[in-house]
Parts: sequence; structure tokens; C-alpha cells
Amino acid sequence: MMDGSRRSFLKLAGLTALGAAGAAGASTRQASANPEVATEPAHTGTRLAMVVDLRKLDADGEVAKRCIEACHKAHNVPSFNSIKDEVKWIWTEDFETAFHSQEFHFLREDLEHKPTLLLCNHCDNPPCTRVCPTQATWKRESDGVVMMDWHRCIGCRYCIVACPYGSRSFNWRDPRTAENLADPAMRNPEFPTRMRGVVEKCNFCEERLARGEQPACVEACDNDELVFGDLNAPGSKVREMLGRHLAIRRKPGLGTQPEVYYIVDDPATLGAGSDEPAVAEQPEMEGDHA
Amino acid sequence: MLEKALLGDRRYWAWLAFLGALIGMGVVLYMYQFKTGLTITGLSRDVVWGFYIAQFTFLVGVAASAVMVVLPYYLHNYKAFAKITILGEFVAIASVAMCMMFIFVDMGVPYRITNVFLHPTPHSMMFWDTIVLSGYLVLNVLISRVTLQSERRGVAPPRWIKPIIILSIPWAVSIHTVTAFLYSGLAARPFWLTAILAPRFLASAFSAGPALLILLALVVRKLTRFDPGDEALRKLGVIVAYAMSINVFFVLMEIFTAVYSDIPEHVSHFQYLFTGIEGEATLVPWMWASVVLSVISLILLINPKTRNNLTTLAWACVTTYLALWIDKGLGMVIAGFVPSPLGKVVHYAPTLPELGISLAIYAVGAVIVTGLYKIALAERGLLETRSS
Repeated sequence: MMDGSRRSFLKLAGLTALGAAGAAGASTRQASANPEVATEPAHTGTRLAMVVDLRKLDADGEVAKRCIEACHKAHNVPSFNSIKDEVKWIWTEDFETAFHSQEFHFLREDLEHKPTLLLCNHCDNPPCTRVCPTQATWKRESDGVVMMDWHRCIGCRYCIVACPYGSRSFNWRDPRTAENLADPAMRNPEFPTRMRGVVEKCNFCEERLARGEQPACVEACDNDELVFGDLNAPGSKVREMLGRHLAIRRKPGLGTQPEVYYIVDDPATLGAGSDEPAVAEQPEMEGDHA
Repeated sequence: MLEKALLGDRRYWAWLAFLGALIGMGVVLYMYQFKTGLTITGLSRDVVWGFYIAQFTFLVGVAASAVMVVLPYYLHNYKAFAKITILGEFVAIASVAMCMMFIFVDMGVPYRITNVFLHPTPHSMMFWDTIVLSGYLVLNVLISRVTLQSERRGVAPPRWIKPIIILSIPWAVSIHTVTAFLYSGLAARPFWLTAILAPRFLASAFSAGPALLILLALVVRKLTRFDPGDEALRKLGVIVAYAMSINVFFVLMEIFTAVYSDIPEHVSHFQYLFTGIEGEATLVPWMWASVVLSVISLILLINPKTRNNLTTLAWACVTTYLALWIDKGLGMVIAGFVPSPLGKVVHYAPTLPELGISLAIYAVGAVIVTGLYKIALAERGLLETRSS
């Protein structure tokens, strides 16, 4: 049934393999899902990253709730009553669950259960984009944002299977019938709604970045609980924070290079002077996959 | 040639009507799924692949197993497989067709399937799986058609088909290897992250496939004048015995590595399968049934007396097939998702619509096998039934 087109795409496959252009070709494509933000940022050599300052997130998760609401409102993320159909871009888990493969014994109780914000890590070496059979998801070379094209996604869910962080959601039912989106007046008209059968996830607010704004979750914070910026710019706030504090990442041993960092505690408690730059990762925590 | 499938007695049409009813039910259920979404399945945010993809994986193995008759017959000129080889190729065709349907019903946006061809992506294993599977289908349709036509004309098959037949041998290995690579290359899923997954897939395929072929041959022999010959069936029995032993050996190696190293992320999936964790034990009775069936099948297969007796061989094949279906068509895929990457234990069981759609796809496979067998037997003038 498919032999007619087989030759042409085998040829193409060979070419792309030769030029190793599979990923590069995808990355230059623009987000057709939202024509408004079709232009890529002019600056190059950028590596966008986020720092989550767990010291500042409160135990009741009030700040986190504000971040989640801002994001889900801005992106028309459907809200269903059933956990089975759940779609989420940013959410909280206990610190212990968020870092469950790294064991922390006798952890202070407030930290153990600290509502920890989780979102797409926009990995520098993303396994989800590697497996996508249609290049419907790809890492944007200009700034490292892991993008999604909802007009191309076939809904095979391979990217969800490949993501080690549970950051991706599938639209099991029509998101436009969700209680928060059923009434078109309740939707954000500046961002598209999705259709049934496609995968979605956090986009680092690429539509807001294109307008020169901060991500919605960052903007919802008032005390730098979330900090966002360019990791490649030496003077940037994210770089400054990573240089001064001990920050950890989720499942560092997998080599995905997540670009969401978590500052767990004051360096003073860990025995390091606050002026001394600390290492960005704790090497002893990498052994969980050896 | 195809018109031969349209002639038959009442029993033949009753069988097709039964399959047709199942397919009709499946079509209605699929329309329901198409309209409502995959929410009608038991799948969820944490268990995103389930019964459909597991059937796909199992059937890729059945499809690949045709090589177990093709290789001895064409490469080693093993004449006893002369009659049964075409049946093996037909099972392969039906299996690949079912594989494609299981992928199709699992897709969120099925009418975008052409995107896989419009945007070929060599770094995706799914892209390669599409290529090898469709290629395998083309190879088997071509080979069985050409060899059957030559047989009808009473001439030797044309010489150009020989290299294509030889090509189909490594190609059969490739379809199950690439299917294993879909799973075994994912850092996110420790349960599948094992180099032995592809070898294990092949071993289970080369036991389940020939076991099914023996059973089909016995049924066809009962209903028609077609006789593949006892020697062919017994030789296939030896193949099943070796492949099943190797398969069980591979499974034990997997369990040893996980349990002895005692790495929580690796052990927890086996706990989910065999003991249950946090009260979630949906698959536990199934997996133990698979263990018991495997033991019975090995006893019947390894003992020469029971293997050479066609009645006990049939039972050995039934137990082999069921044991492997549970292992691969239920456990292998689902256990990769439980516990989730965040360590959460979630429940998954297929829903009735999910099972109904799957049953209908198996019915389509049965229609294909029935029709193709009928054509082949009619060509050979072997259709007059023995009993009635």
C-alpha cells in the first residue's frame, strides 16, 4: 500500500542522514500553531533556562497556584474533572516526588513536602524530539525552547513515552469542551486552543518571549520565586543565581541536560560560603543510573 | 486468483459471517472512539500506550516468524517445508496488516498518518518501523503471489524472485529488531532499557509464530485435503522448542539483572508484574498464568515423546502461544509505564470498547488468513473437504 512513496522517502532519508539535517531542518521551521509569534527572536546563541527558588516557594503552595493559574489561563489549558484526561503544563508535586530518583534521607519535613513546581525542562538534549516521527516537536536552535506544532502532531504519544519527567499531556478528549474552555468568552483569544488527539506541553511562553515579555508563571511571582533568562549571558540573573547557590536538576544522570534548575537551600546550611560559586550539580546524585 | 476466495461451502460462509459481525461491531466502536477520543480507552496521562500497542508489538513477532519456514525451505532447500511455507507467508501478511490497524486505531489524529511520509524523520525509530513494516508487507505479498502463480502453471519460480526471498530473511529479523528499538532506546523507561529486548523479542516471535502456524496447519488439515506432512509439523515443533527455551532463558536473565542489582527503578516494574505494588496488582494473576503456561509448554516441547505426538504438540503450541501473548501482549508494554517516571503507581486495564476494537482487528486478520489460505488451497485443488 505504501511502496509508491517508499522510494522517494528512502532517498530523502538517506540525504537527511548524510547531512544530519533531520533535527536542524525541523528546528528552523516556525511555530505554525500561532501565526502571531511566527518570527524567531533576533538574538542567537541564547540558551533559555529557568531557576526555581524552592526557598521562596511557600509550604501551602500559594505562589505555585498563582503560577499555574496564570499559565493555564494564558495557554487555554483544558481542565477536566477526571484525572485520566488530565492536561497540565505546570503543576506541583512534593519535593520528594519531584526528585524521587534522588534519595534525600532525614530531610526536613517542610522541604520533603514542599510543593515543587514542575514543567517541561526544555532539555538541551531532549529525548522527546528525538523520537517524534513527524518533527512535530523540536528544539529551537536560536534559544533552546522545545517547541510543538499542533497542526502536525499525529497523536502517537511517543514523545510522552520518551519524556523522563512526565511533562507532556495528551488530549484524550476535545479540550474545547472542558469546563474552563466550553464558553469561548472564557478563553484567551490571543492563544490557540488545541484539538482532540494531539500532545501539548509548556512552551516556555515562546509567544510572550516574542513580544519581549517574561513567561506567565515568572510574571505571576512577586519575589523572584521563578527566575528566567539566558544561561549563555554571563551577567544574566539565572547565571548569577546558579553561580552563587547550589542548584539541582531532575534526573541529571540521564544526560538530557534539563534547563530548569532548583535551588534547594541556603549555601550556608550546606557549609559553603555565599560568595563562593558552587557547582551546579551534586556529582554524588548522578549515580542513580550507573 | 482472488476469485477463488469467493467460492465455498456453507461452513466457510458461516465462518466469514461470524468474523464479519465482529468487524462490524469493531467499526461501530471505532466510530465512537473517533468521535469521542481515546478517552474511551483505559489509557491515561501516565499509561499512554496500552492494549493496542501491545497487540501491535506481539503481532510484529508473529509476522517475523515466517522466516522460520522461509529460511529452511529456500536457504537450506529443506523440502519438508514445501507446502507449509506459503502458509507462513500468509500469516505474515495478515499479521502485518493487523499491526498497521493497531497503530492506526491508537493514533490521536489518524487522518494525519501521511505526515510520517511527508516529513520523514530518520532519528525517530517509529519512522524506521513504518518503513520496515510496509516493506515486509510488500515483500511477502510479492513472494507469495509469484511463487503461487508459478506453482499453478507448473513451472519453477522465476529466477529474479530468489534474491527477493533471500532479502525477506534479514528483513523479517529487522522488523522485530526495530520494533524492540522503539522501546529499548528510551532513557525514561528503565524497564525497557535493556540490550536483550530485541533478542528476546525475536526468541518469543520465533516460538509464538511457528506455534500458531502448527495450530493453523492442523485446523486446515482437518477441514480440507491439504496436508503439510507430519515431518514438517514435527520439525516446526523442534523450532518452537528451541525458541521457547531461549525465550525463557532471556526472560530469566532480565529478571536476574534487575533483581540481583537491586536498582529500585528496575526492580519496581517486575514487582508490579509479579507481586503488585501499593495494592496495584491487575496483571499479577496474568503473569503467573504466563509462568505456569510456559512451564507446561517447555515440558511438552522438550520431551521428545510429547513433542512428536501431534496431539500433545498441539497443546504445547496452545500453551506457548498463550504464555507469550500474556508476556508480550499484556505485560511488556504496560509494565513500562508503571511505576511512572515520577514513581507513581497507576492503574490501567483496557476498557470494553478498547477490547472490542482489538477483537475486530484480530477478526480482520482471520479474514485475511482464511481468504489467502482458501486461494492457495483452491489453486492446489485441495479444497474438497475430508469430513463433509
